[in-house]
Amino acid sequence: MSTFIEKQEAIIEDFDLFDDWMEKYEMIIDLGKEIRSISESQRNDDQLIEGCQSRVWLRTEYKDSLMYFFADSDAIITKGIIGLLIKVFDGEKPETIVKEELFFIKRIGLQEHLSPTRANGLLGMVKRMKMEALKHI
Amino acid sequence: MNQTPDYIKELRSQFPILKTKVYGKDLVYFDNAATTQKPLQVIERIQSYYTSENSNIHRGVHHLSQVATQDYEDARKLIQKHIGSNKESEIIFTKGTTDGINLVASSYGELLKEGDEILISAMEHHSNIVPWQLIAQKKNLSLKVIPIHENGELNMASFDELLSEKTKLISITHISNTLGTINPIKEIIKKAHIFGAKVLIDGAQSIQHGEINVSELDCDFFVFSGHKIFGPTGIGVLYGKEALLESMPPYQGGGDMIKRVSFDHTSFNELPFKFEAGTPNIIGGIALGTAIKFLKSIDTEQAFSYEKALLNYAEQELKKIDEMTIIGTATEKTSLVSFNVGQIHPFDIGTLLDKQGIAVRTGHHCTQPLMDFFKISGTLRASFAFYNTIEEVDVFIAALKRSLSLLK
Repeated sequence: MSTFIEKQEAIIEDFDLFDDWMEKYEMIIDLGKEIRSISESQRNDDQLIEGCQSRVWLRTEYKDSLMYFFADSDAIITKGIIGLLIKVFDGEKPETIVKEELFFIKRIGLQEHLSPTRANGLLGMVKRMKMEALKHI
Repeated sequence: MNQTPDYIKELRSQFPILKTKVYGKDLVYFDNAATTQKPLQVIERIQSYYTSENSNIHRGVHHLSQVATQDYEDARKLIQKHIGSNKESEIIFTKGTTDGINLVASSYGELLKEGDEILISAMEHHSNIVPWQLIAQKKNLSLKVIPIHENGELNMASFDELLSEKTKLISITHISNTLGTINPIKEIIKKAHIFGAKVLIDGAQSIQHGEINVSELDCDFFVFSGHKIFGPTGIGVLYGKEALLESMPPYQGGGDMIKRVSFDHTSFNELPFKFEAGTPNIIGGIALGTAIKFLKSIDTEQAFSYEKALLNYAEQELKKIDEMTIIGTATEKTSLVSFNVGQIHPFDIGTLLDKQGIAVRTGHHCTQPLMDFFKISGTLRASFAFYNTIEEVDVFIAALKRSLSLLK
């Protein structure tokens, strides 16, 4: 199984294949269409992370000492980036999630989506993922 | 029209930022309702002020201070004439539209009594809602909202019903920043005055798209921002009728707004300085004057009618796209268009347009109650200025189609 670092390196390699921004986003959008959704009936306000531009719902599970995440968004690009984050965070130990550096977002040039000014809910989502993991340390 | 006229190309060449490339693509700047770009003479004026004139104004005996004071006050005169006010004392420099509304809400609001009514409309920007909520809460005033029709026009029949002797102030936008609707402010002002109500016009979106004459309009207050009329950010103007401004208590205390201070009593300076506490945005005021001079140097009638033609062309091309919904279809509209495509989130389209060099705005545009009315979370908004071209609209439409092909 890949480590937290290896999973991030793999995503960076995938993105390095494309020079054009639109192609990179096409990949993100495809991922956004693929990932499991939280159906509207299952969404609740506790899961909601309100952004100014888009909204994110996050549900976490803790099983066999590992963390699992289910997330959704009303915007497909946000959802695609959620997909990337879940690829990296899913099935990791709470300690890893809290302590290890999340570097792939910046390396693939998507840091704008995790800036406080973007207000798409993603920054709040990463923070909440870490807070949820912290509960199990 | 299928080609940009030469006079527009000439105007455009005076805005250096429009030659910028983003992500290797030519910038297409369609976010003019958020802020307009600056002509070279405004940029150069800012540089020359800091290079050879910088000093504090109004109190200095030295040469530089006198030069800067003269330029700042000349700018005030220029603005006064530009908007058709009769006296310099009626032109208060502010930080911008929001600041101007807050000033009136705080200061004029102090004169209001429990049960007095303030009218706003359903299409107001948050900055023309929240200041009134704050003063209404503080003074037990009643805040009422004029509804709108589905096409984004004001419901004037409801306005007539809401208007009464209890109405003390109507604070309304001239042009909706989200819908582009041009409101019939002349009619509103006339009717309001019959009932003795004062009227504040939020001119943030109108000052750069047409001639404004506050005397002809007979409005009691008019506010706008410098950065939306080709000037710098952080400067704006509150016009108020002199007698009204005289009757209002000061807004903020500090230097420049006083005549004489002792620990027992302070007397206040005369207008407009009574409302200008502290060192002002000196270069902001001066460069706003330069922006007005720039406008005076061009054929605005031609430029404004070109903006309308650009809007018509953009709307005509947008309507050819499947599942296109244009939000705001008032008969009288300024040069901006808000839209959604099917169920696609505006943020997704906006992000992909950005990567193709196109700057539009997405979201609720600081008009959440309006989004609630249309039952949407946001829109995409393309807003034009006279330096935008027909070819840019074509690039925008092509980029939009490419974005949609990825998202559908």
